[in-house]
Amino acid sequence: MRIGVFICHCGSNIAGTVDCAAVASKARAYPDVAYSTDIMYACAEPGQDAIIAAIKEHLLTGVVVASCTPRMHEPTFRKTVERAGLNRYMFEMANIREHVSWIGKDIEANTNKAAELVRMAVSKLRLNRELKPKSFPVTKRLLVVGGGVAGIQAALDAADAGLEVIMVEKQPTIGGKMAKLDKTFPTVDCSSCILGPRMVDVAQHPNITLYAYSEVDSISGYVGNFDVKIRKKASYVDWSKCTGCGLCTEKCPSKKSYDRFNEGVGPTTAIIIPFPQAIPKKASIEREYCRQFNTGKCGVCAKVCPTGAIDYGMQDEFIDAKVGGIVAATGYDLMDWTVYQEYGGGRYPDVVTSLQYERMLSASGPTGGHIKRPSDGEEPKDVVFIQCVGSRDVSVGRPYCSGFCCMYTAKQAILTKDHIPDSRSYVFYMDIRSPGKGYDEFTRRVQEEYQARYIRGRVSMVYPKGKKLIVRGADTLMGAQVEIEADLVVLAVGAEAAEGAPHLAEKLRISYDSYGFFMEGHPKLRPVETNTAGVFLAGACQGLKDIPSSVAQGSAAAAKALALLSRDMLDSDPQIASVNLNRCVGCRKCIEVCPFKAIQEIDLRGQPKAEVIETVCQGCGLCNATCPQGAIQLSHFTDNQLLAEVEALCRF
Amino acid sequence: METVLLNGRDDAFIRAVEESSGQVVSRCYQCGNCTAGCPMSFAYDYSVSQVMRLIQAGQKDAVLSSKAIWLCAACNTCSQRCPNEINVAGVMDACRQMARREKKFAVRAMRAFVDAFLDSVKFNGRSHEVGIMALYMLYTGRVWTDVELAPKVLPKGKMPLLPHRIKGRSEVAAIIDRYKQGLSDPELARARLAKDAGEESGKGKEAVS
Repeated sequence: MRIGVFICHCGSNIAGTVDCAAVASKARAYPDVAYSTDIMYACAEPGQDAIIAAIKEHLLTGVVVASCTPRMHEPTFRKTVERAGLNRYMFEMANIREHVSWIGKDIEANTNKAAELVRMAVSKLRLNRELKPKSFPVTKRLLVVGGGVAGIQAALDAADAGLEVIMVEKQPTIGGKMAKLDKTFPTVDCSSCILGPRMVDVAQHPNITLYAYSEVDSISGYVGNFDVKIRKKASYVDWSKCTGCGLCTEKCPSKKSYDRFNEGVGPTTAIIIPFPQAIPKKASIEREYCRQFNTGKCGVCAKVCPTGAIDYGMQDEFIDAKVGGIVAATGYDLMDWTVYQEYGGGRYPDVVTSLQYERMLSASGPTGGHIKRPSDGEEPKDVVFIQCVGSRDVSVGRPYCSGFCCMYTAKQAILTKDHIPDSRSYVFYMDIRSPGKGYDEFTRRVQEEYQARYIRGRVSMVYPKGKKLIVRGADTLMGAQVEIEADLVVLAVGAEAAEGAPHLAEKLRISYDSYGFFMEGHPKLRPVETNTAGVFLAGACQGLKDIPSSVAQGSAAAAKALALLSRDMLDSDPQIASVNLNRCVGCRKCIEVCPFKAIQEIDLRGQPKAEVIETVCQGCGLCNATCPQGAIQLSHFTDNQLLAEVEALCRF
Repeated sequence: METVLLNGRDDAFIRAVEESSGQVVSRCYQCGNCTAGCPMSFAYDYSVSQVMRLIQAGQKDAVLSSKAIWLCAACNTCSQRCPNEINVAGVMDACRQMARREKKFAVRAMRAFVDAFLDSVKFNGRSHEVGIMALYMLYTGRVWTDVELAPKVLPKGKMPLLPHRIKGRSEVAAIIDRYKQGLSDPELARARLAKDAGEESGKGKEAVS
């Protein structure tokens, strides 16, 4: 084998603390090294050209580049060697930047360490084999999990481009959190007026199949060919017959159900249509509040339904679907603010969440768009807004900024003035975070035009006094304690990942952070991809963001999914496990450890043996490490290749 | 208002406060929750969050000459409410001790009260309210302070005229003597703390083995 070694300076990034020429000259003594040099920028065009020229001139059959992390540039150099006629797997990378030059200042020690990393790479490369990807067909269908504004955008963009789309939504209607909002910042335009048409588009698009009131039960398979099982929860109403007339919701005698869509502002019935513009506009029964289910006596809805759609015996239904890619757009939920005893911990009815206030403001909400105190239905005159309730608070495990509360609080202060012209709004804030387009102007407008009183400080206590709530806090700019006699207190409750998000992440085999937000492939350069091929992210499930950003990410996720599914065939990664049947004793250990269910048991002339399903294997190597016989080997990372690296390092 | 020269940040002071209180003052992001909940704030010259800011800015003189550190009732509401889990009352306490060592008594009556309490405990092994009041009057010369309460309080038997003394008074007295010695000689106190810490860890090792 004739190996070429290229030591990259990376400007001064590496050469500043590593003697690159010395590393190159040491490498000349390594076995099979036919050519070795240092190079200013290996990844730049002249650098790549120099590698290609060296391969041709010195008849090299393998290449080692010692430079940065393989995460960004391994694909670059693999393409480079391929252009020179080598197999792309006859290439190894030694990371002498992140692992050497950036972490130490001692040039001699760094140079030695770099040389040893190069020696390891050379030793491994000597055992590399040419690998060729296999290609497999792609299912041209996209699954979108979550029907909020991000999911809707992703689904519509993909469907408009001709892709078949399946949308799964947990709630009985799509629309997500945006459907609950009265107005949106910074334009103060009606939320359901701009979202409504998009929701209708989803329902009417010939390429979109919508499963509302459904959840993803299980996912198996791999990029291009996922098998998804969707659980359609029993709504106890046959949606093929239901016309959404709403007669059942009028006649239902159980009128004390928790109104989930309206965030508990006022009760609702046990059989519900969440809101007038719901998509699909179908009724469903909340079993825990239904008299028929709880006492066995009622059946009013079944009697009044003109189409006979009520079916108390309905069971969950399972639907199997095959898709090529998946967009997760599961959004967020508000954190449980009742941990804050200083705001009453939920004891005072006139302390409400921002989302509850939004439902009060909404003309289609339970108060018909009139702001009313939940305790006595009176119109409040002094409304106090408290920001950062459950945001930027280490003591409740929420150190992050929720990102949109400053803006929606400003919007709610404006709307309060619009609804009740003689009202006064007070906003307790820590910092005003308004970096979006037109956002800061908006927060100025609420103070200058709408006379909202912004108080820089926190609230220490809310307690009732007669009909009023006394809000005591600090104005840190004044350096004084302040008190407000309030009629209504609105908490800008911080957001967290949607309930069950980690559970879905495990089904999707994607990672999530300690707060339940899904991890993107790269925080800057792969913001909507995940580290699992074929799974994309859109909206607040990846990290809290407002509507414009969620929509942008929805479109981005659709674009990524389209790029993937526009191809007829996909190349499989050849870095997968394979079984040496002569050595396999059929102990099943590999089958047990495989997280991807990529190994199956076969019968070979009466002997049980393991077999790798090539398209499912992700090349994680767990089976390789587990196999007591060394029978199952991960291509490109075989035991012998890894041992060669160890031996190169531990020679003495 | 005087201009504060920010280059003049007294890092040694910040370190000393952090060491003594066990808190990291840079964690404070000035939300104002401590000030909002402080029941003594009405009497302060600086609000609690301003004291924290002065410590962050290394303004030793301003902090140690402030009334706030003496008037703090150590009710711990600030520590309870701090979103960054800073024991703010502990920081105030550390500053109070430092001020005492540097003989800065912005609220002399508070110092007299603390001394009266300590002396009462030293004599009796526990506190004796009437004795504390008498000593406080003696130290401050404010003879008529709260005397009008006596006819209401005394008949209830909650404040006996004679102290209840405990056994082992001399050990308690030794603790207080050590504390006062430490105040007058910080070096000695530090050396003793270090020695105690050494013995503690030594004991720990024995227990493990």
